[in-house]
Amino acid sequence: MGLTQMEVTVDELKHLVSGRALEGETMLLNMGPQHPSTHGVLRLLLELDGEVVVNCIPDIGYLHTGIEKNMESKTYTQAIVMTDRMDYLNTMGNVLVYVLAIEKLIELDVPERARAVRIILTELQRIASHLVWLATHALDLAAMSVFLYCFREREHILDVLEMCSGQRMMTSYFRPGGLWRDVPPEFEAAVRSILDLMPGRIAQYESMLTKNPLWIDRTRNIGVISGPQALRAGLCGPALRASGVTWDLRKAQPYSGYEQYEFDVPVGSHGDVYDRYLCRMEEMRQSLRIVDQALRRLQPGPVVSSNRKFVPPPRSELGQSMEAVIHHFKLWTEGFPAPVGGVWVAVESPRGELACYLEGDGGPKPHRVHFRTPSFANLQALPLLARGHLVADLVGIIGSLDIVLGDVDR
Amino acid sequence: MDHVDKAVDSLRRALGESILSVDVFRGQTTVEVAPDRIPDAVQHLRDGPELDFNYLAALTASDRWPTEPRFTILYRLYSLPHNVFLGLCARLDGNAAELPSLEPVFPAANWHEREIFDLFGVTFTGHSDLRRILMPYDWVGHPLRKDQPQGYEEVQFTFNFDEIDRRKPYARE
Repeated sequence: MGLTQMEVTVDELKHLVSGRALEGETMLLNMGPQHPSTHGVLRLLLELDGEVVVNCIPDIGYLHTGIEKNMESKTYTQAIVMTDRMDYLNTMGNVLVYVLAIEKLIELDVPERARAVRIILTELQRIASHLVWLATHALDLAAMSVFLYCFREREHILDVLEMCSGQRMMTSYFRPGGLWRDVPPEFEAAVRSILDLMPGRIAQYESMLTKNPLWIDRTRNIGVISGPQALRAGLCGPALRASGVTWDLRKAQPYSGYEQYEFDVPVGSHGDVYDRYLCRMEEMRQSLRIVDQALRRLQPGPVVSSNRKFVPPPRSELGQSMEAVIHHFKLWTEGFPAPVGGVWVAVESPRGELACYLEGDGGPKPHRVHFRTPSFANLQALPLLARGHLVADLVGIIGSLDIVLGDVDR
Repeated sequence: MDHVDKAVDSLRRALGESILSVDVFRGQTTVEVAPDRIPDAVQHLRDGPELDFNYLAALTASDRWPTEPRFTILYRLYSLPHNVFLGLCARLDGNAAELPSLEPVFPAANWHEREIFDLFGVTFTGHSDLRRILMPYDWVGHPLRKDQPQGYEEVQFTFNFDEIDRRKPYARE
């Protein structure tokens, strides 16, 4: 397994650049991997004619950590902690898709309270993720103050995640069959205060950007893609909806009880950077609506399934029941077996369709886990969006796709 | 699931014996297609009468080494107008791990196929840019194959601490 540096020659990439690059008429310029506007470690090889992007060749893999391979050597429960680390702005969503896949594979039921809490937390996480997107996107296009405000509000949401799981980001709070433990008593008040706070704050961000002529100049008619083109290119999430395609998995293929909630799917019409911005801003408001409904719906009750073959018994039972001790021992030493067969489960992450393929082989460890990540699919369309624009606008286009490199490389 | 049944019937009529089996697991239908007919099958699902499978959501592989055929390539197609999804799969022998690329039908397959090429060593003929995508350019082997060891860090005890320490690949002064 050699890891020596090897030079990549123009010869290997000549099918990706125009003939003018080989004659020296256009310039090949490297952007990244260490570049503040690439939102992580993304390297772009740009072919430039003056300041205009002729071709853009993304080079990824700098954050590849082999999560899929590592998960194959862990039991289903142990592997949960690895899913957090993929898309580090949507940890709740990553764990959700993985536990939903396990629950589908082993046919495990989830109590109503756990489903509602899952929705509250993933929707809060969606808002937090959109806040980071808005902050960095605006910063890329030189709106510094938005960055500070967004991170201020994000902290309130991370406080709620910490209150529940003990961690701000790598929460691993959802488990097969429900939650790790019930939410603390102060949870409802904390979420309620976010619900009261956020609408005003979102209006504040919009007052800084939506009608700002500088913002409109930098975003409108930049990186335009039509609906049919976006579908063929595999775009997903807000990037697809901004092109006028109504496709939200929470509505189309509801999971975890989304069919019980009322919310709208914001859709754009121009498919440019500005419409993607508007879609995500409206999504934050819709997420608040869902959280509000879920909070009203929250009834006391169990937060984890009572199926002892898959879910460990509570501590209180261990002192009294031999059966409980046996289950506890089996679950923490060997893990639970899952049947032979593969299932697909998809959720709507803040970035788009996050799908998990989980294949069991009858043993306690997954045979194959694959995550179809929205950032990977969206980043693939970047060359299509970037051609013909200025380098300065390329920065805006990358921001509007809202990629997380941990999600791209896994 | 009506639309899925309709699509499977239509596939059978169009491709005949190239449809090898239809498997339903946990309510999800997967159609096994002969590897060389995969682009035809997907094109039929996309353009066939009233089928409208217009979105390729994912493409991945699974390795069943040492049994042959060891590779299963899985395709996940959505029909947005009908709101259903259908899985396709193709099984490949480890000694001839090759099948036609889906890129001419769905450009979105480009990176997904590169990923499978990189991590499983399956070749897609007719692909426009079949290079490694996640692993370094000069990496030897295909990490997600089951016969690739995962690697681990050796545990150091007092009696062999220095011996193992010498082999460890970290920077020393």
